[in-house]
Amino acid sequence: MTTESLIGQEVKRVEDQALITGRGRYVDDLRLPGLLHLALVRSPYGHAKINRIDVSAAANAPGVVSVFTGADLAEQLGSLPAGWVLIPEQTGGEPMATPEHPPLAVEKVRYVGDAVAAVVADSPAAASDAVALVDVDYEPLPAVVDAEQATMDGAPEIHEGVANNKSFDWTVAAGDYDAAAAAADVVVSERIVNQRLIPNPMETRGIMADYNGGTEQLTIWTSTQIPHLVRLLFALVTGHPEHKVRVVAPDVGGGFGCKLYLYAEEVIVGMIAKQLERPVKWIESRTENYVATTHGRDHIADAEICGTSDGIVTGLKVHVYANLGGYLSTFAPAIPTILFGLMLGGCYKFENLSCTVAGVFTNTTPVDAYRGAGRPEATYVVERMMERYAHEIGRDVLGVRRRNFIRPFRRGHDMPIGVTYDSGNYQGALAAALDKFDYQAFRQEQRDARREGKLLGVGFSTYIEICGMAPSAVAGALGAGAGLWESSTVRVHPTGTVTVFTGTSPHGQGHETSLAQVTASRLGIPMENIEIVHGDTERHQFGTGTFGSRSLAVGGEALMMSLDKVIEKAKEIAAHEMGVDSKQVSFENGTFYVEDIQEREIPWGDVALGAYHAKNLPDGLEPGLEAVSFFDPQNFTWPFGTHIAVIEIDEMTGETKLNRYVAIDDVGNVINPMIVDGMVHGGIAQGVGQALQECAVYSDDGQLLTGSMMDYAVPTAEDLPSFETGRTVTPTTVNTLGAKGAGETGTIAASPAVVNAAVDALKHLGVTHLNMPLSAEKMWRTIEDAKEARRARRSAAARGGN
Amino acid sequence: MTTGTTDPFAYHAPTSVREASQALSRYRGDAKLLAGGHSLIPMMKLRIASPQAIIDLRNVEGLRGITENDDGSITIGAMTTYHELVTSDVINSKAPAIAQAASQVADTQVRNWGTIGGSLAHADPAGDLPAVAVALGMEINSASARSSRSISCDRFFRGYLETALRANEVLTGVTVPAQAEGSGSAYVKLANKASHYAIVGVAASVTIDGGGICTEARIGITGAGPHAIRSRRAERILVGKELTESVINRAAQRGGADIAGMFNDDVHASAEYREAMTKVYTARAVSAAVACADA
Repeated sequence: MTTESLIGQEVKRVEDQALITGRGRYVDDLRLPGLLHLALVRSPYGHAKINRIDVSAAANAPGVVSVFTGADLAEQLGSLPAGWVLIPEQTGGEPMATPEHPPLAVEKVRYVGDAVAAVVADSPAAASDAVALVDVDYEPLPAVVDAEQATMDGAPEIHEGVANNKSFDWTVAAGDYDAAAAAADVVVSERIVNQRLIPNPMETRGIMADYNGGTEQLTIWTSTQIPHLVRLLFALVTGHPEHKVRVVAPDVGGGFGCKLYLYAEEVIVGMIAKQLERPVKWIESRTENYVATTHGRDHIADAEICGTSDGIVTGLKVHVYANLGGYLSTFAPAIPTILFGLMLGGCYKFENLSCTVAGVFTNTTPVDAYRGAGRPEATYVVERMMERYAHEIGRDVLGVRRRNFIRPFRRGHDMPIGVTYDSGNYQGALAAALDKFDYQAFRQEQRDARREGKLLGVGFSTYIEICGMAPSAVAGALGAGAGLWESSTVRVHPTGTVTVFTGTSPHGQGHETSLAQVTASRLGIPMENIEIVHGDTERHQFGTGTFGSRSLAVGGEALMMSLDKVIEKAKEIAAHEMGVDSKQVSFENGTFYVEDIQEREIPWGDVALGAYHAKNLPDGLEPGLEAVSFFDPQNFTWPFGTHIAVIEIDEMTGETKLNRYVAIDDVGNVINPMIVDGMVHGGIAQGVGQALQECAVYSDDGQLLTGSMMDYAVPTAEDLPSFETGRTVTPTTVNTLGAKGAGETGTIAASPAVVNAAVDALKHLGVTHLNMPLSAEKMWRTIEDAKEARRARRSAAARGGN
Repeated sequence: MTTGTTDPFAYHAPTSVREASQALSRYRGDAKLLAGGHSLIPMMKLRIASPQAIIDLRNVEGLRGITENDDGSITIGAMTTYHELVTSDVINSKAPAIAQAASQVADTQVRNWGTIGGSLAHADPAGDLPAVAVALGMEINSASARSSRSISCDRFFRGYLETALRANEVLTGVTVPAQAEGSGSAYVKLANKASHYAIVGVAASVTIDGGGICTEARIGITGAGPHAIRSRRAERILVGKELTESVINRAAQRGGADIAGMFNDDVHASAEYREAMTKVYTARAVSAAVACADA
């Protein structure tokens, strides 16, 4: 059908012209007359009591307008909310601990970077200089940074009354794991650590607020993925009425999940602007970003897999210590639980699953979603344990996977854990990946290389993930504090051009292009005649935002609904004009026509004009042409695929080199292949980054030792090979677009593929597992230790032989 | 918590070394010379360094450029950028280790601004150029308002961020001695994935006579210890011998002997690993220098 001509086309991103020519408008580009600048005094201690704060020197410093402490503003700032409170049915009947989270600390600081005072001045430099003059008398307390250690008796108490620093013990199970393990031929266990990561969006956070005392309107510009939720939560926390708050997300330079919350600074900047009745801006420095913006992952998983000796997996058990950091960030409780536990079935048939997760406070930066959010952790455990099990029984990793794959299905597959996968063909994705990668030839190459002293390995990840974050009823039943539907408004202007207002909030994903492609295809009008508007609570209807690879699967469908409504109404107008029944009218390529009657044709623009001119509308039909829709799907979407990594390890130094990377993803139908490829590439880079080099390290007393890009190794192009990507297409039935979501696949799939490859390379030395990141030193030590152990075994054997 | 702004400072842009030295004297050690600024300015923005004054060398005459002298030595002005070193024909043909090291410094932006003089004067324990200075036996040229002198690279690096420069001295350039017939040099490093600084970097220079015997060898090691250190114990094993793989490996085993007890130990690498890598990279640097000499 020609109306779908732009679907599946590699249309160049329309947003890029502005962004790459310096015409983007980020928060820091915004200026207002009389603007003041805010800087924050942050705790240098991981855990300390605040005895006294003396702001007098700072308050008298040149350019300083005002200095506020937590005590000054306690009333106005309230406490930051837990946006997802796990239900007692899943936390052993105990309510989850949700301790107070004051935006400015009052009595205690709980991590390095916890804000204790705010300085407002004429210039950023003056504010920054005065920060150094705020004299805080801290009484350092013992700190704990490791989630497991924090649960032990005698560990420092971080929040009063929270026993063993546990916010919750969450449980989910299917079948009977213990019985399966008892009956199994083989049970393999491994401690799998998913290290702490720093998200590193290109643009750090930034906030500007402006208050009009006359109208009581407060406007907050913030670099966020969720403007409407920020407004809602801001209103709930501060009591400032929701309808008197406008939140704008201007151009946002990346998020990866770390801009998905109500942050302390949004409340602080907003309420100080209100108090001073002057515009106030805060721009986060990169150094601040490393401690004040949420981190990701930080899981310690004790995993156990069981099965038969010939390759049938029968069960998986996982216990996790999930590090939550010093406070609960907005969605923190959901990440290591709902988005982790419900995915542990992977794409496999085994029916017995047991998962327990301890959510633990520590003296570290709060941990919340980071690209993939829970799903990379689950996929890592599942895909690592599958290969661990295959090695244990001496079978090929692909053979074992094939034996355990769920068979292809198009319309729903119920998983023992209680979720229903929408559609899947895991064999198909693996086969497509093996079309690009000659497995048998590689095994030969690997043997040959080993004889030459070269260490080569291949690793697989036949992953699955949960995308299209929704439906609200399911999320709500599991503890979500907000709905997870999405919205759209389609406003047709009298000239026939169209403005689409989407509730999604892109920050690099290319919605201005993909949503325009959808609209243009449906309406048969050029993309230039379509404007996509997002990120402004005053310009458009409530929307949930962009995260969890949901924007097309949920937001795209909301757009389709509004387009359908607009077309239906337009058909009535056209039918009236043509003197026929609206059921007889067809619409294609921007033209309304009646089948078999050649001369009866009305172009889109005439109908749009007619809708507003309103001189010849059907009886009872309202003028105008506009529709609003809210889409709440019946299920999540479940993308999947196969990723293959080939790694080479320098035996002398432990340095790793990723030689090849093959990625086959099935994200359902694709609107813009170029945009999907871009997201897959970026995701793989981040997944490889985690596997090989990224790691946030704390000292025992809570200092972040990797506090800058000089210490924290974000992957760059030189660390990566050219990716070989491809797709299989198994559309979802959850939405009419058939789109599953593609924002996180790469990150979710990549780290297990790379680590599996490294273990494969060292398998002959007796290595069974490696924890990320696979730094050169770690690999060198592993190789040295393995060689030493082998020497010891040989000499013992030699002695035994004597 | 730093917000990316510096403490206040005075700014001077003298036009001669003499004026620059006088300015240094005036601030009694609390002024910093600004060359490329890619070490200094980040430190100032983090407020790790808060000098009273910045003395910018950009307008000082005669501090830039690469000159091949009649005696075969090469003079490099202090303000010569890494990029200029990487792309210089003279450097690539006569002292390739310099180009190899400069090409591995940080990223393009840093290489376009950062200078050889800045690198040597800053004396970062993991800087690349200091190792090469040691391996090539460079003379470091400095001047104050009244006098000028040359300092041997063997005496220049004194400690962590510490050099033999006096408080009022400006590093004006370096002289790379003429490399004898049959010489070759190379620089290899194990780079920190984040900063690209050397976890261990080794520069080697060898001279091999017509009979295939090594007549001179110099090895400079960076990243491993508190400053760039000459690996004399390894050099001794090389000199007087044919540089076979086994001789090189034997020398490499002594690669870190001059750093014993001083290996850096931090979040990026343990002392044990640095010591082991010093051996591996010493072997690789010497092998590459031999290959260069043969070429």
